[in-house]
Amino acid sequence: MNTEFQIFPDAASTAAGQVDALYLFLVVLSVVLSAFVAGLITYLAIHYRRANKVNREYVDHGNTIEFMAMAISFPILMGIFLWGAKVCFFLFRAPEHAMPITVVAKQWMWKFQHADGRREIDTLHIPTGQPVKLTMVSQDVIHSFFVPAFRTKQDVLPGRYTSTWFEATEPGEYRLYCAEYCGTNHSRMIGRVIVQSPDDFARWMSGDAASDEPPAETGRKLFEQYQCGTCHRPANEEGARGPTLEGLFQSRVPLAGGQTVAADETYIRESILRPAQKQVAGYQQIMPTYEGQISEEGVMHLIAYIKTLGAPAATSSAAAAAGGQPATPVAEPAAPASQDNAANETEGNTP
Amino acid sequence: MTGEIASTTGAALPQHEPKNYLNAAWTVRSWLLTVDHKRIGLLYLAGISFFFLLGGAAAVVFRLELMTPQGDLVEAETYNKLFTLHGIIMIFFFLVPGIPGVLGNFLVPIMIGARDMAFPKLNLMSWYLFMIGGCFTLYVTISGGVDTGWTFYTPYSSTYSNTYVMATAVGIFITGFSSILTGLNFIVTVHKMRCPGMTWFRLPLFIWANYATALIMVLGTPVLAITILLVALERGLGIGIFDPRLGGDPVLFQHLFWFYSHPAVYIMVLPAMGVISELVAAFSRNRVFGYKLVAFASLAIAVLGFLVWGHHMFVSGQSLYAGMVFSVLSMLIAIPSAIKVFNWALTLWRGEITFHTPLLYALGFLGLFTIGGLTGLFLATLGVDVHVHDTYFVVAHFHYVMVGGTVMAYLGGIHYWWPKMTGRMYPEGWARFSAVLVFVGFNLTFFPQFILGYLGMPRRYHVYDEGFQVLNVMSSAGASILGIAYLFPITYLIWSLKYGEKASANPWNAVGLEWMTPSPPPTENFTETPIVDFEAYEYHRNPADAHG
Ligand code: HEM
Ligand SMILES: [Cu+2]
Repeated sequence: MNTEFQIFPDAASTAAGQVDALYLFLVVLSVVLSAFVAGLITYLAIHYRRANKVNREYVDHGNTIEFMAMAISFPILMGIFLWGAKVCFFLFRAPEHAMPITVVAKQWMWKFQHADGRREIDTLHIPTGQPVKLTMVSQDVIHSFFVPAFRTKQDVLPGRYTSTWFEATEPGEYRLYCAEYCGTNHSRMIGRVIVQSPDDFARWMSGDAASDEPPAETGRKLFEQYQCGTCHRPANEEGARGPTLEGLFQSRVPLAGGQTVAADETYIRESILRPAQKQVAGYQQIMPTYEGQISEEGVMHLIAYIKTLGAPAATSSAAAAAGGQPATPVAEPAAPASQDNAANETEGNTP
Repeated sequence: MTGEIASTTGAALPQHEPKNYLNAAWTVRSWLLTVDHKRIGLLYLAGISFFFLLGGAAAVVFRLELMTPQGDLVEAETYNKLFTLHGIIMIFFFLVPGIPGVLGNFLVPIMIGARDMAFPKLNLMSWYLFMIGGCFTLYVTISGGVDTGWTFYTPYSSTYSNTYVMATAVGIFITGFSSILTGLNFIVTVHKMRCPGMTWFRLPLFIWANYATALIMVLGTPVLAITILLVALERGLGIGIFDPRLGGDPVLFQHLFWFYSHPAVYIMVLPAMGVISELVAAFSRNRVFGYKLVAFASLAIAVLGFLVWGHHMFVSGQSLYAGMVFSVLSMLIAIPSAIKVFNWALTLWRGEITFHTPLLYALGFLGLFTIGGLTGLFLATLGVDVHVHDTYFVVAHFHYVMVGGTVMAYLGGIHYWWPKMTGRMYPEGWARFSAVLVFVGFNLTFFPQFILGYLGMPRRYHVYDEGFQVLNVMSSAGASILGIAYLFPITYLIWSLKYGEKASANPWNAVGLEWMTPSPPPTENFTETPIVDFEAYEYHRNPADAHG
């Protein structure tokens, strides 16, 4: 691909057809409208040129034409808006069972890590027929993840996680571009997405480039290495000087100022790097900052581990329910290989 | 150029030449310290033409670079500095000040029957601020260079770029004040200086357009100034505002930036719309169809323009619901723009049309602006924008509206009022030929870019995939034609200063106060204060009862 001349891009995701349909509708509408305007102007300009003997008597016609134009165009515009919003909801809402992949962008490369720990740089392997959800962060400036064949794009920000998803339909190799200007080699921040049939993908995954350990496992080791556990103990243990992390992910956390925040990935990341920013109610500001000590990948691994520490436990009955059914949907983004790990932790928590 | 006029006209007919604003005084001092709005308009013309040539030259170089996919003509660093130079110069030193600075300064007082602007000295100061800011920015961009793009996105601009971001920003900051002062001057002038009988609804639409523009300049530009200050605080003092490593928010900059820069798009295009109203009316000898609605549409665009900045940020991580609000509002802004296009087209209806050069530019404007506006719709539509955002589709879109819109109108306006400004006619044949050449070159340059964008070629790329080459070569070929086409008017207009036929007071037989005073006008514009007892564009089909 991408070597011969085309006028329409490859379409290789479940979103591509929807975006193309809307695009082609707009193309047809534009061609019709511009042909109308061009025709009208050409006709009037020629018909009423000075040399032509025609009726030029002035008639006042109020503003009926304009109001008619408004009355016709308004519903059309709103229709286009709704259609666009519908496509956009599809583009921005990942299905719950999507396969998680993490992405760290930096000047000028893309680093990927699969749920089983396998890492790739500038190349991403994915299977067809399986939604894939990318959780992305940048190590420096703003980048943008853009795969034209999938018709989707998402900026990758420093200091905050963004995500995108797609479900590839056609095996092949597709270009990945950085679409947000990011400095000298912006145009060389290019990668490939290799889409394989599920069988080929499974073969690739089990291939000889032996896989690294799952992110949650790396995260658990980091958790030990940095001795986070000296303060963050399980809820039933004594002496915890920090809030327990069990059931933290996706729960609502009360802050010292009286507000609450949703404990999403971005919140957890911020709490690791700049704990003073959002102080949890009822605790001292004693946690050190890990800014500059843990890499973006390290933070991602810690988050993967924290996700395995159970589901939101808003009420005790919900916690009990979660205990009865270890793999709750919210715990889903955790790496599959660490699922039993998650189950252990959750069960340890419930009694 | 003014010296030439002096040598030809001054020597031969010193006693016959009536006093006008050009020959009133001839020293350098009389130009550099002038408070005559007409001379200030010409000062802007000189400055702006210079910047336009420079920005254009940068474009030709990097378009040549893009003939091949490898990036073999200039290095990546140079390429980035070139497109930044092009963007900054074209936006801040040509498109924003262009029509208000040159045509607005020259015409606003004359068209409302005033002797000058409300604050003539402030007007001169605006020009100095513009030139100081411009030369400063130019010096920085040429001596060291800036590579952030004209959008200066953080944290790249505030922390990572090793180029002269701060110095460039200072230049733009200074120029911003020029914009604010010009805006203030226009607002007060239009409110306070209209001659007897010149009611609001007798104002030419060019005045309405400049009035709406002035409102945006005064309300929007301070936001840009504040944004630049914040970047300076972060870059200079390390105060965390935009860089997350310092505790800032990288996307905050985009909100602030587009809160100025989307309305700024209308600062560029509204005056152009005003020019087009004048041209279409004059060469179809008709009142602009739906005059009042066209005036109100200008104001509606000015107001709505402040509410749609978020459509530049659909994929920035902003919430989907915010995206939806910005999408709806962007759709709404299409309505006043569309109304204007229809009104200009319908102005031709039952007109008496002559195809002089200014009308050719106006018709070219209508074609290009229609395409630009319709593709704006693609960008305002959420699902499609996600794919084409930050690709060549966007580049094509904004060139259609800004170059196709603003530059066509600017050239049309310069041709239309050239006899008034200089007292000379230009060679009509050459002028018509150039207008057609501009149109052809333009479409060849930018239409392929829509296709490139949908194919997925991102903007600001120095090297690209081989599959994109054919369309890029077409675009580069078009750019060469366009570049040459722009040189024609510059050449024959300068030629006309010396050899052009003398212009009468009203060579187009048009109505409007500016045509009721000699060409070039006397320093005080009118020998006696005019009194207006006619509507704008009151063309009479029967030449017998036409207004003098
Ligand atoms: C009236 C004259 C117009 C001008 C001069 C203009 C100019 C521009 C410019 C300069 C950009 C590029 C921003 C960048 O550097 O990323 C842009 C983008 C955009 N324009 Fe316009 N525009 C105009 C009309 C419209 C209209 C009528 C619409 C909507 C119906 C519109 C919608 C957009 C959108 C949504 C974008 C963002 C595209 C993106 O970044 O993905 N524009 N426009
Ligand atoms: Cu990048």
